[in-house]
Amino acid sequence: MSDVANKATKSEEAGKFKAFVKREIGRVTALASLVVIFTFFTIMRPVFASWANVSGGILMSTTVIGLMAIGVTFVIITGGIDLSVGTSMALVAVIVGKTVMAANLNVWSGILFGMVVGSLLGAINGILITVLKLPPFIATLATMKGAQGLALIISDLKPILFTTDVKGWDSIAQGNIIPNLPNAVLILLVAAVIASIILNKTVLGRYTFAIGSNTEATKLSGVKVNRWLIAVYALCGFFVGLAAVVMTSRLGSAQPDLGLGYELEAIAAVIIGGTSLLGGKGTISGTIIGALIMSVLINGLRILELQQEWQYVVVGAVILLAVYGDNVRRRRAGETTN
Amino acid sequence: MASSQLLALSGVSKEFPGVKALNNVSFDLNEGEVHAIVGENGAGKSTLMKILSGIYKKDSGEIIYRGKSVSIPNPFEAQKLGISIIHQELNLMPHLSVAENIFIGREDRFPGGVFLNNKKLVQAAVDLLKELELNLNPNDIVGELTIAKQQMVEIAKAVSYRGSVIIMDEPTSSLTPAETDALFKIIRTLKAAGKGVVYISHRLEELEKITDRITVLRDGEYVKTLNTSDTDIPEVISLMVGRKVAQDQRPENRTIGSDIVLSVENLSDRHLLRDISFELRKGEILGFAGLMGAGRTELARAIMGADPKTEGRIILHGNEVKIKQPSDAVAAGIGYLSEDRKRFGLLLGQDITFNVILSSIPRFSNKFGFLKVKSAAGIARESIAQLRVRTPSERQFLKNLSGGNQQKVVIAKWLTRDCDVLIFDEPTRGIDVGAKDEIYRLLTKLAEEGKSIIMISSELPEVLRLSDRIAVMCDGRLTGIIDNKDANQNVIMELATKFSEDFTTVN
Repeated sequence: MSDVANKATKSEEAGKFKAFVKREIGRVTALASLVVIFTFFTIMRPVFASWANVSGGILMSTTVIGLMAIGVTFVIITGGIDLSVGTSMALVAVIVGKTVMAANLNVWSGILFGMVVGSLLGAINGILITVLKLPPFIATLATMKGAQGLALIISDLKPILFTTDVKGWDSIAQGNIIPNLPNAVLILLVAAVIASIILNKTVLGRYTFAIGSNTEATKLSGVKVNRWLIAVYALCGFFVGLAAVVMTSRLGSAQPDLGLGYELEAIAAVIIGGTSLLGGKGTISGTIIGALIMSVLINGLRILELQQEWQYVVVGAVILLAVYGDNVRRRRAGETTN
Repeated sequence: MASSQLLALSGVSKEFPGVKALNNVSFDLNEGEVHAIVGENGAGKSTLMKILSGIYKKDSGEIIYRGKSVSIPNPFEAQKLGISIIHQELNLMPHLSVAENIFIGREDRFPGGVFLNNKKLVQAAVDLLKELELNLNPNDIVGELTIAKQQMVEIAKAVSYRGSVIIMDEPTSSLTPAETDALFKIIRTLKAAGKGVVYISHRLEELEKITDRITVLRDGEYVKTLNTSDTDIPEVISLMVGRKVAQDQRPENRTIGSDIVLSVENLSDRHLLRDISFELRKGEILGFAGLMGAGRTELARAIMGADPKTEGRIILHGNEVKIKQPSDAVAAGIGYLSEDRKRFGLLLGQDITFNVILSSIPRFSNKFGFLKVKSAAGIARESIAQLRVRTPSERQFLKNLSGGNQQKVVIAKWLTRDCDVLIFDEPTRGIDVGAKDEIYRLLTKLAEEGKSIIMISSELPEVLRLSDRIAVMCDGRLTGIIDNKDANQNVIMELATKFSEDFTTVN
């Protein structure tokens, strides 16, 4: 008897596990790919897995793209896109650099100021999309170019150096609150956790999914969609602002021409992480895994001394594979539910 | 009626550029009443509902709610007043769960208003679903549910507003008879609780079962309000169309040649279809009847090459044709008119000309790839005249035509392609009674002109009225083909429920 009961619960558990795998297969495959790629490089060059390389090389280089990708995840789940995150980051960096140097701000006010400026830039995107009813692609393409220009104008084409007057600016990214872990990585981790909580536990998160799933229905349900969309783009800008702060701290300067192209890497990380470009579906952890896959690849290929040109080709192939895999999976899922 | 008045509209008018959608319409609803609004497409039902739910603004007239004159500028305001609507097109968030969908915009929050209280949300959904006796799991993702269950979620959502007026726009269009009965039970519960239900349906036989009064609209004008108990379907139809329409006609006894145009032999697919064989003759209308899920649409899609078949041959005019994709079928002269015109049949944002030539572009372009604009417009005008499409010109956009006229344009597209075999999947779905009649005449005329027609329909009177022979499917198999003269609803239903031995246990 107990054997039978045991079997029943076991098969029930197996069923639950199956359902879990089915639901989470996007993230599970992404994580598995990450492990496979990591193992491959470790076998090829054991130095790859050394903590120095993992923390200083892989994790550190994930931080800026990772932070931007977190913000972009929200936007993409609403069914939108933000092409402006790369150059916006440069603009925020320049504005923060100028202000911090001129007003002699301390580190904390500087960080806060960066996040506020980032949020405002994001809110502008949101307003263009909701009030002027521009398609997100066009609106953020315009702000992308605008931010690129403004960053160059404000900086007068010159990098802004964070001189030693600003005490501790370099330790924002490079210090170690936790021994052996660069602060930038810690910031990314904390940001990811907070973003995940916002996405899954708050009203804003719920409406992010609802809007991406069916904007019209959300509107007809009495949700003030425009307001929430502006909030989502502002939130994206918030993380862009944070990325700008981390970037300037790592470089010790604000580079007005650095950032263009980062938006595509951030979007790629989001897509590899299983978030649907059609909206309604996505996770922060997936995005982080996606960003890690990209930096592990680039770091590993570099250690293998593959030419940079070929690195690009490999990354392109990985994006294709990830999205194709997602498509196949979705078609299969569609077949079983029909 | 002793119960008190919930809602009254008087003299409501609404004009769109060039169209008077509503002209001086009045309507009222009492507590505990189900009041139907019927009319052909374009009669103004949807416009009226959209005014009531705050999506459109009325141009003139008055809305009185519980004795007070009110304005309803947006959906939010309608909800606050206590008017909720179940839209005809499902308005759900497919990626969210049942509970999240029901309470969207009104989520339980922890103090502070930022964080969601999911536990309370799910509990509220459980309570509501229990109250409505709906068998749904609040944690299921809506996009993974069947259409019928999604409809149930919509209903639960509308009820959850706890308003006093619930508008149901074609709530049964995707429900099986059993599910329809379940819905009626809910409506009776709502009635007993003193709610008012505005009920819109094309399925007139439902009105007798569930409504108390029926208001008829025609061309944006108020026609009459009837007590359901004092009227019958023929009267309602004649008020809707302004003339009498016979309900159970049969086709005239036409003589059909013995030329076999299409034969399907032993067709099977991976999921459902098993060993289907039949022949279609020149000038014949072969009706396909069956319950939902019997596999009729799947059969049509397999013939067209839209879905893969595992076995079977398709023989056209005596020669086997290899059909691997829809373009092969079209090249062979088989046209498919989907049940979902808007998704699979038409380019709604394009004009009639473009839609008519869509399948025949090579014929209407020169060798440099330029379109022959004049001859394209010519064929479009010809089609408009031949099929009597009601439109100001061939440049009219499809989205501005009524359902019946859209259907005619789809037919024109395939006629222009010169298809010998036309497969109609639910040709009159979403088309009003008067236009249905016209589509029926058109189908008959096409058959008389020598086209061979397969007509899939879930409405038995329609199948009986048009088909020369009737093929009945059940559970992926063909359970019988009968001549029209031997057929009646009972015979068809018997064949349609003939589940095979090894599958009766599963079903």
